[in-house]
Amino acid sequence: MKVQFSLKSWLIGCSLIAMTTTGAFAEVIYNRGNSADPESLDPHKTSTVYEANILRDLFMGLMIQDAKAQVQPGAAESFTVSADGKTYTFKMRKGALWSDGSPVTADDFVYSWRRLVDPATASEYAYMLAPVTNAEDITAGKKKPEELAVKAIDPETFEVTLNAPTPYFLEMLTHQSTYPVSKANIDKLGADFVKAGKLVSNGAYVLTEFVPNDHIKAVKNDKFYDAANVKIDVVNFIPTEDRSTAMKRFEAGELDSNDDLPTEQLADLKAKFGDQIHIGPYLGTYYYAFKIDKAPWDNVKLRQAISEAIDRDYLAEKVWQNTMIPAYSFVPPGITGYETRTTDYAEKSQLDREDEAKKVLAELGYGPDKPLKMEIRFNTSENHKNTAVAIQEQLKPLGIEVSLVNTDTKTHYGLLEQHGDFDIARAGWIADYKDPENFLALCKTGTGNNYAAYSNKEYDDLMAAAAAAATPEERMKLLSDAEAIGVARDLCVVPLLYYSYHNLVSNKVKGWENNVMDVHPTRFLAKE
Amino acid sequence: MLRYVLRRFLTAIPTLFVIVTISFFLMRVAPGGPFNQEKGLNPIIKANLERVFHLDQPLWKQYLLYLNNLIHGDFGPSYNLPDFTVAELFADGLPISIELGGSALVLALLFGGILGIIAALYQNRPADYAVIATATAGSTIPTFVIAPLFQLFFALTLKWFPVGGWGDGAFINKVGPVLTLMLPQLAIVARLMRGSMIESLRSHHIRTARALGLSDYSVIIKHALRGALLPIISYAGPAAAALLTGSIIVETIFSIPGVGRYFVEAALNRDYTLVMGTVVVIAIFTIVFNLIVDILYAVVDPRVRYD
Repeated sequence: MKVQFSLKSWLIGCSLIAMTTTGAFAEVIYNRGNSADPESLDPHKTSTVYEANILRDLFMGLMIQDAKAQVQPGAAESFTVSADGKTYTFKMRKGALWSDGSPVTADDFVYSWRRLVDPATASEYAYMLAPVTNAEDITAGKKKPEELAVKAIDPETFEVTLNAPTPYFLEMLTHQSTYPVSKANIDKLGADFVKAGKLVSNGAYVLTEFVPNDHIKAVKNDKFYDAANVKIDVVNFIPTEDRSTAMKRFEAGELDSNDDLPTEQLADLKAKFGDQIHIGPYLGTYYYAFKIDKAPWDNVKLRQAISEAIDRDYLAEKVWQNTMIPAYSFVPPGITGYETRTTDYAEKSQLDREDEAKKVLAELGYGPDKPLKMEIRFNTSENHKNTAVAIQEQLKPLGIEVSLVNTDTKTHYGLLEQHGDFDIARAGWIADYKDPENFLALCKTGTGNNYAAYSNKEYDDLMAAAAAAATPEERMKLLSDAEAIGVARDLCVVPLLYYSYHNLVSNKVKGWENNVMDVHPTRFLAKE
Repeated sequence: MLRYVLRRFLTAIPTLFVIVTISFFLMRVAPGGPFNQEKGLNPIIKANLERVFHLDQPLWKQYLLYLNNLIHGDFGPSYNLPDFTVAELFADGLPISIELGGSALVLALLFGGILGIIAALYQNRPADYAVIATATAGSTIPTFVIAPLFQLFFALTLKWFPVGGWGDGAFINKVGPVLTLMLPQLAIVARLMRGSMIESLRSHHIRTARALGLSDYSVIIKHALRGALLPIISYAGPAAAALLTGSIIVETIFSIPGVGRYFVEAALNRDYTLVMGTVVVIAIFTIVFNLIVDILYAVVDPRVRYD
């Protein structure tokens, strides 16, 4: 017995030494380049993609997106939907804990969702709960947060009532604004609850350090229900505003991935990094908007002629080095069950399009004697400028005299939001959730982002009909019809390019799945 | 002297007040606001945000509120980084910018000064030409060229230093940014020192000192250098105020968490409170360093007296 014991200890000792020297016990650290620092780490005050990348690791909503951006149960283990599609009942995940060890309950979601829609929180993404009964009235100050149609039937059961069946509701619940926050944490610390080392969260990681403009450190949350399958111990989010520096830091091994590339250097980068560069379609659209309530841009034939003459292939290839994809619809491809509706010249050759455009302009009385003058407004960015310059050149042969106005982002969007005076202006839209409605709502009468001031009853009716559609198929068909009218026929937006994601990911990082939402939760990744 | 310093500090208060007032209203003249962005906000949500940050109040009320907070040492929360107050952002970043800028300035004064003296002593000889050539190159190559070259050569090729990052203040992380900040300053100091030293060496009191048979060391260091220091001091004051409050280019390229980037970023983001905080900090640094320059004048130049 004695001999056996000492042999066992010797074996354990040896294996321990071997494991330490081979690094089996070494902490796995993932240095993740993230274009910018978060504005806020309070899920109810966030608005940017950079924040989403961090919060997705720190928190867990009722539903989550997996490595392929597919919706899966998160803080809720399962759910049921009532026959009328208006009531969702979520069963909370057994064993799900906050990082302070307390259980995540239905009451946490009641508290958090009320906080999200409360006007005092002033959440930019309060509208993510717009489908929930009374949510919009609460945000507008017409009702009290307690009147939000959510309730905790018991600590394990959370019930939500919606205004109407909302097929994309589960998709919306993956958005960071719907994440829960710990009431006890906020009651104790007030606004300081978001500080590193104090933030109580329910995700796979816990926030331990935040040095603005340097790094955000999150370490594996031992209380996380699936901690056994989380392979990366520490994730450092490193803001990489200077993309050229980010490339050098990646090359030097200081970064394991970065969520952006200096696209103008793409050819060199491809030669250097090979298959570590990931480029693919992303759910976002780069577009121009005409000021439709101002002559002559109220003339749809004129709008179509100009749109038709813009060579999108050239923009994608030459200006954006194929990091963008030519677009003829507002809703990008990639949404299951939805048929995008493109403008009717999408399939024609550029030469034919130019001939047609010239004919229309001549019909409308424009020509060398009466040139059409158009001002393109865009916000400061080398690529936005190059795009506008290319379009200026493309429209010149048609006798259109294009002038360019470049202003900083705040001035640009300040003017658009106030429906100031302009001819045509640049804008972009990145989907919050994977549904065509997220794009098409922009063209509804009176929507905040409807910069063109497009207003068409037929379009609004189709959108309303889609919202009330009985089946998902019928809904998608109605949305598609709406796009055919609002976008393809009337050009409430002039789609130019679909965005693409462009990530640089080290071969050491495993489990990285490219997807249209460009979502890559660290808990599903591993590092060699 | 003490009375003079006290008087200068008292006159700084109305100066600061005027700077704050002008900046406050100028900032609001700029079109757009902190909550204009690519994803435009629903008017109700925007109104909620404006109410939370008191932007729904008349401008004069906002101004009085800001002044009142400022007097109580409260710079307010940053609009674009609401997890932090402006004071917290400066508390985190300013020591880093001061450390980098201060090191660069001290090194530039020391080595620039020595190079300038050598050039002056060996005027129109190879040593002088070498210093002038280096100084001209140093002051004409912009930092946004020096910094990436440093990264390429010393970090990526030789692997002596990291490409970027603060690394919790590790020495090797500071070398690149300090050298990049230092080089243009060193060039300017060397040229200034050379010019003023040549002039000083030609002056009557130096000729007298030499005629009296004083040693070279005594002539150059004790007498000529003292006179030659005045232009350097005049230059170093404003340069210190600029260097210690950070450089957006160097901090961005080397990923340094200083405060240099806040001035430009805050203005572009219409982050009113952060802009005002930056204005106040830079104003205070400028006032203080101008005062230091004036005091040093009195120390160095026997003709200057403040009492």
